[in-house]
This record gives sequence, structure tokens and C-alpha cells, in this order.
Amino acid sequence: MNSQSSVVSHQLVPEKQRAGQIATKDTLIGKRIPKLDAPEKATGLARYIEDMKLPRMLYGKILFADRPHARIVNIDTAAAKAMRGVRAVITAADIELVPFGFGQDNTALKKDKVTCTRDEVAAVAADTPQIAAEAVSRIRVTYEDLPVVASTDEALAEGAPVIHAKTPDNVPFQFDYSHGDIEQGIRESDVILEDTYTLGRQAHCCLGTSGIIAHFEADGRLTLHSLTQVPFLYKNDLARIIGVAPEKIRIIQPPIGGGFGSKLDIHPFEPICVFLARATSRPVRLCFTREEEFRATPTRQPMVIHLKSGVRKDGTFTFRDVRMLLDNGGRTSWGATTPWISMRTFSSLYRVPHVRQHVDVVYTNNIYACAFRGYGNPQATFALESQVDSLAEVLDMDPLELRLKNAQKPGETTGQGMVLGTCGLADCLETATQHAGWGKKRRNVKTSKRQNVAAPNQPDRTSFSRDPMGSASTDLSSHRHIAHGIGMASLFHVGGGAKIYRSDGCGTILKLDDFGGVTVMTGSSEIGQGSETVIAQIVAEELGLSISNIRVINNDTELTPWDVGVHASRTTFIAGNSALRAARDARRKLINAAAARLKRKPDDLDLRGGKVVERSSGEPLESIGKIIRGLHFGRTKNELVMTTDFYEPPSTAPDKEQKGDISACYAFGTHVAEVEVDLETGVVKVLRICATHDVGRVINRLGIEGQVEGGIAQGIGYCLAEELKVEGGRVCNPSFTDYKLFSTTDLPELDVSFVETNDPAGPHGAKGIGESPLIPVAPAIANAIYNATGVRMTELPLTPERVLAKLKEAREKETISD
Amino acid sequence: MSLVELAFVVNGESVTLSVPPFATLLDVLRDDLELTGTKYGCGEGECGACSVILDGKVVNACLVPALECEGAEVLTIEGLAFGGKMHPLQQAFVDHGAIQCGFCTPGMIMAAYALLEANPSPTEEDVKRGLEGNLCRCTGYRKIVDAVLSFAGGGA
Repeated sequence: MNSQSSVVSHQLVPEKQRAGQIATKDTLIGKRIPKLDAPEKATGLARYIEDMKLPRMLYGKILFADRPHARIVNIDTAAAKAMRGVRAVITAADIELVPFGFGQDNTALKKDKVTCTRDEVAAVAADTPQIAAEAVSRIRVTYEDLPVVASTDEALAEGAPVIHAKTPDNVPFQFDYSHGDIEQGIRESDVILEDTYTLGRQAHCCLGTSGIIAHFEADGRLTLHSLTQVPFLYKNDLARIIGVAPEKIRIIQPPIGGGFGSKLDIHPFEPICVFLARATSRPVRLCFTREEEFRATPTRQPMVIHLKSGVRKDGTFTFRDVRMLLDNGGRTSWGATTPWISMRTFSSLYRVPHVRQHVDVVYTNNIYACAFRGYGNPQATFALESQVDSLAEVLDMDPLELRLKNAQKPGETTGQGMVLGTCGLADCLETATQHAGWGKKRRNVKTSKRQNVAAPNQPDRTSFSRDPMGSASTDLSSHRHIAHGIGMASLFHVGGGAKIYRSDGCGTILKLDDFGGVTVMTGSSEIGQGSETVIAQIVAEELGLSISNIRVINNDTELTPWDVGVHASRTTFIAGNSALRAARDARRKLINAAAARLKRKPDDLDLRGGKVVERSSGEPLESIGKIIRGLHFGRTKNELVMTTDFYEPPSTAPDKEQKGDISACYAFGTHVAEVEVDLETGVVKVLRICATHDVGRVINRLGIEGQVEGGIAQGIGYCLAEELKVEGGRVCNPSFTDYKLFSTTDLPELDVSFVETNDPAGPHGAKGIGESPLIPVAPAIANAIYNATGVRMTELPLTPERVLAKLKEAREKETISD
Repeated sequence: MSLVELAFVVNGESVTLSVPPFATLLDVLRDDLELTGTKYGCGEGECGACSVILDGKVVNACLVPALECEGAEVLTIEGLAFGGKMHPLQQAFVDHGAIQCGFCTPGMIMAAYALLEANPSPTEEDVKRGLEGNLCRCTGYRKIVDAVLSFAGGGA
């Protein structure tokens, strides 16, 4: 058959023979598959929330407090209500106030008191967005200002103003974790370092701003066009807030203009929009302007991390003692729980026998934070991986060697009870450093670093001789104010979901039509990350179909089965496994039907190129469509080919001590950054990043590269430039003019590679990747800056001002010691 | 409020409509003509999501008063595909994985289109500079630059 095929390949090939040619096992796994929804997005036909209109739809607008801490004395809505085109004005007095949020300290509208500038005080629905905006500006609120708590220090000071009456000490949550015995760890250490790291507020900056459309049907059912990342949890929580039974709520997700964790919580604007729709009996759309997006959506958690670590002379880690202080802002979102994830990096990126962590989450009158790609892990990794480099320096060890010595290995159970079936950390360390030319570049830059700090303009030659590396043979002639450096950082993250909720599962319904077209209904949402394409690939692979035969429906709770949500880098792993199992069931059914029809053994058959083929030869025997039609329209029995699956990963929820195998597998990676530091301006330029990730197995190479490249870009922004500045509780830079997002010209050279450890639990061996690429970027760059200049940066972002200040400080120290 | 008449050409079609004097080109495209492929990202010319071609030059539609477009020719993302087939530049974005959430994509493609019209064989540096005014939060830009370069190389 094969030889015949090759002979006829130059002619017009009869269909049966052509099928024979492609029936060799040609896998889709690991290929570069363009995103299924890309054509719709490339042509401008994708309709995002701001593009959608329903008949008789009104426009909603919110009045925000714009005061950090104040008592609401009176709200006068008369002038707004009197405006032509205004259909409803609501305040807390008009709705039932049901507390929500992780701390149950938020309500849709605020009644007696506002605790941050973004607090929602009133809302309007009007015929046009312009009328709604004008009406909001005519609402008069009388406030009695209260003392503003602008920082965690102020919040914890004696006699500090109480922000929420039920929390008199301003500390709503504390998290503790430990394994081993810290005192023993201290006794066993030859070197102990203690440092403080400060992490700023990064804004998600989704290009599409937040929005929602609420619409009540005649029978009281509610349809929401919502951008939520967690439609099923959202339905349940929202039901309670708005007083509609959850089974009467339908969530439809239009294409989402960026998520990154920002859409994990219910935000007040969402129930507000429902209340406006209820008040007017008309559909209402509420979309944020960019300024509102900056002022009234949460950010990454700002925090201060005190980290104390010990190590033996031979480089063996002994203990780690962590204290974290989170600025919670005026309300509590799920973001307050990020310490759950950060503690896993401290406890388990490396083997360390004694770990203790204490976290205080502190109310202030600042804006609040929520989930953001990495969920506390970028902060923890910045602290940990910065300090690992400091330890290496004290030990006079190559940071690579120190990391390799302590790196987790496959088969280990970490101190926190996480079982590492596969672990490619050592491979990641070796691959990334090899790609980066670590040994060579690092030696070269080390020789130049001291002199650069000592004298950017007029090199102080005496300082060379005291260079700890004992080398001063550096070319100073050309770029003496530019210092080069190279640094690395690794990461540990969940790779097979995270059992935080009581189920970490995902459902799939798979339906084949009578021509071999497949509809996959999956609970997992698409937020740009490419899950729909990965799921289609997995199904197409199993059923021997082309990717164009697969249609994925993932955005309507009336059709799709339950899923816990898009977070924790879980979709490829969890939704992928569920899709795989549903496809396997369908495959079995098709093969068995074909075997009966063709009088062959099921084991002798395979599905390839849209056909049932003989497994050994690849010879096509029947089209898949024909087999399906045989089942549908059978003489004696009629059956659909429709399968369902609910996949619950084999992970366990953490116990009260936060120990347990929280994920079905774990992700690792290493980034090496090469930077240039301008010693006169403090500007840091990232020249190149070599990123290697243990992803289990690559499913869609195009998609996974995109995840890594995009994560690195967000990580560079987090490290060097991005900070939503809040002073006295007020946001200072709510625009892209003042909040710097990097653009094409800031892009470094990227070298992205993958370690494929083929995790037995993953679909085709795959682990999650979504969050990992952002996590180690900042410490890799900070370590490179240290390597370039001898200056240790401990406060993100590393703006030119901060770098320059540290450089000056270092020069002054050098001068004094001379 | 009195409306003002505006006549211009959008994607090759003559259009006449009455608009408020303060309306921007973005308002008219999105609200009056329902050409919602052009996105609102910031309203102050900082993100490029509303990039369209006005008389051969790329502009931020959010900054252009609609009435300044009297008699002008405007090309939006909806005007690129023809006969149910994507423009090769759009196809290049799809094939190179240059699209994730897709919100910046129409503006990015229009900026790239203008760049290639002006310079059919750009260097990588030219492409980066030409797209500097268009923000993307998902991709890290690498695949966007690759898509434009590939088109410049053989697609034109």
C-alpha cells in the first residue's frame, strides 16, 4: 500500500489512496498550531464586551468615593435623577447589602463609610454613556473625612485608626507555616543572611478594559455577558449578592481582552450592573474607561518580605525564616491568600530542612490587590532568588553550582508535602545557563563590576587591586559608563492545578456529528492564553481528525460543564486531561462500532486522517463519518456518539498546616538575564533572556512560546518600570502616559527552550505553563544588575532613580573605605 | 445639541452621517458605523488599539476629531480582508502566533500595514520602531514583529 501511494503521488489520487498516504501516524502534539480564534480577532470581527449592544440597552456608570477614608453623611441624587435620559440612580439605600469577597468586607455599594478611593458610592443607568457620566458628576455626596492610614506601618502603629470595626487591630488575616526546627537550622548554619525586599503594585493593564452586560429575561432569569475567569464559582457567589437563584443565572463570556488573574474575583461593578438592570428592567452595559481601570481595579499585592536564610560552608541550605507584610488595602479580595502560594516557593524550590513563615495581612486605606499571574510567587521568588545569589557570593560559589547543589530532584517529597513525580529543575538550570553562555560571560563581567561602581567617570584604579575576584583586566576604553552583567533565577510553581477549592476539576462534553465534526464543550475559559486550541489538538489527536474538524465551546454556562476556573496554570493539564478522557471514550466507541461493522478486532484498528484504518498498515477501511452514521441510523440500535467526562486531579487539599500534595504535578524553570546598566543614569537595559521551562511536554509549540514570551515581557515590566503609585491612599498615575508599559523597542532578545519531563499525570505528559514565565524574571534581572555593578537592588520596580541612588550609595561607601 | 454633517470614505464606501461636533473618529467608527474592530483602549493616544489609516497615514482614531475627516479616506481593520479571505498580513499574524487576547490586534495590524506601505522591506529595527505606539499585554511583541517581518520578506 505504501509503495503504491508513493507511485501515484504525482497524479490525481483517488480519495481512498490519498487517505492511505496520510494515514501514517502523524501527531499533532508539539506542532505549531495557530490559535483557533485568531482569524476572528485578526479581522476585527471578534466582538468584545465594549462592542456588544442589546436592544434598548442602557449604559451604566459608577460614582467612586475618591476619598481614602471617610464617613458618608448624605448622598443627594436629585439633580442626577432629574436629568433627561437618566433611567435609574442607585445608592446603598436601594439595594440589599450582602457582604462578599474573601474577607466578606465588601459590598456592591457602600453605605456608611468608604475605606479606599475606589469604593463605589452610587451608580447611574442612562440612555447614553455621556448622559450617564454627566449624571454621575451631578450626584452630591457629603463626607466626613477620617484619618487616612496610608501604609502598613501606620496601620500597625499604636492607636491607629480602625478601618473595619470587626478588625480592631487592622490585621484581618495571618498565615503561618513551618516544617523542621528553625533553631536547629540556625545552629547548623555557617553563614546566615538577613534581607528585606519590597515589592510594588503592578497593574494588570489588560488592553480591553473591564465590562459587563446584565439582562433579565421575562421569566426572571438573568443573562450576564461577563469577563469572569471563573464562571461557575462566580455564578454561585453572585447569586447570593444579587438575590437570584444560581440556576437562573447564565454566564456568557465574550472574547476577553486580557485576564492575568484580574477576573478571578467578583468586582463590585458586576452586581452594580445587575442592580441597574433590575431597577430599569432593561439590559445595562457597564464598561470602564482606562482611567477607571487604573483607579478601580485591583493590582498585584504590594508586600515587604523579611527573609533570613542559612547555609553550610559546603553550600547545603539549612533553614529559611520568612516574615511577610501585605498591604491589603481597604477591602479584601482573594489576593489576600497569595501567601498560600508564596510559601511553596520558600519551602520547596530547593531542599531545605527547616522553614518557617509568618504573614500579616494588614488593612490600609489604599486601593486593594487581587490575583495576578503568579499569585504571590513572583514576590517570593524575587526575595528568595536574590538572597540565594547573596549566599553564593559569601560562600564564593558560582550561583549555578549553589542552586544545582540544593535543587529538588524527581521523586522527592518536599518539606511541605508536595510529591515531585517529575522535576526538571537541574536540566532547566543547565540548559538555560548553557544557552546563555553563563560561565564565560559571568567571569568576564565579574572582573569589571567593582571598578564600575567605584568610578563611572574617572576610574579609580586603586579600587581594582582590591577587587575580590582579583582581576582588573577590563577594557575601559569604550563604554566605561556601561556595565554588563548576567544573572539567573529559578522557579517552582503548581503544574497540575491547585486544590484550593473543594474540587479542582473540569468537565467536558464531546459530541460528534454524523460527518465527523466534533463539538467539544469544556468548562474551562479562553482568556487569550490558547486553551481552546490545546483542547482541540488533544481531541483531534485522539480521534484521528484534522484540527479544523473540532469546534470548542467554552463560554456559556448553560452549555458547558463545571470547571473551577482559569487560574493556577491549570487549564492545559486539567481541562486537557478531561478532554483527552472524553475523546478516548468516543474513540473506543467508534473503534468498537467499526470492528463490529468491518468484522475486525478493535486492537487492529486505529483512527487516522478522518478514517478508520488498519493499525499495522495504515490502510484506510472506512470514513469515521460513515461509522457514526451507522450508529445513528442503525437498523436494530440507534446511538449518538457523545461522551462526557469530569476530571478531578489526583491532588489533595492542604491540611491545616498548609501541607499536602496540592497539585498533580509541579512546574520548574530557570531564566538567565543579561543586562546593561548605565552607571550615569541608572537605566537598566535587558539585552537577552534565556528561559528554560519544564513543561512536561509541549502540546502547542506556537502557543507555549507565546505564553513564555508574554510572561517574560510582563516580568520585565514588573521588574524595571511598572508601578501604580499610591500616595495618601490616592492613585497618582492612572494612565498609560504615567504608568509605563514596555513596547516593541524595549524587547530583549529571547531564547526560549523547554525541558520535556513527560509527567505521567499530564495529558500527553504536559504540565501547566501560564504563570511560570513571569515568576523568575525580576530576580534574574536583579542578580544580573548585581553582577554588573555590585549593587543589590531590593525594591521593585528597579527604576533608574532607585538604581542610581544605590549606585551613588555604593560609591560613597567605597570612597569612605578608601 | 446640533449635529453636523460629515461625508467621508470608509473602507472604500462613501458614508454621510450627522455627528456631534465633539465626536472623535473612533466614536463615529464604533458607534455610528458599527465598525467595532477598531478598539477603545485608553482614549488618549497612548495604546494604539484604535489605530486606523487616514489618508494613507496611521492615526489614533481616539484623538482625531471626526469632522476633520470630511472628504478623507479611512481604512479600518474591516477593510483589509477581501472576498472572505484575510489580507496576507492578517494571515501572517494568525500563522505566527502574534495574537493572544486579540484586543490590540486590529490596531497593531493597521500600524503594521501603514509601516509596510511606507517601507515594503523594513528591517527588524524599522518594524519595532513602526509599532512602538501600539501596546500589547499578552505576547511580549516577539511574534508580532516576526509576523510583520515574514510578510515583508515574501508576503507582499
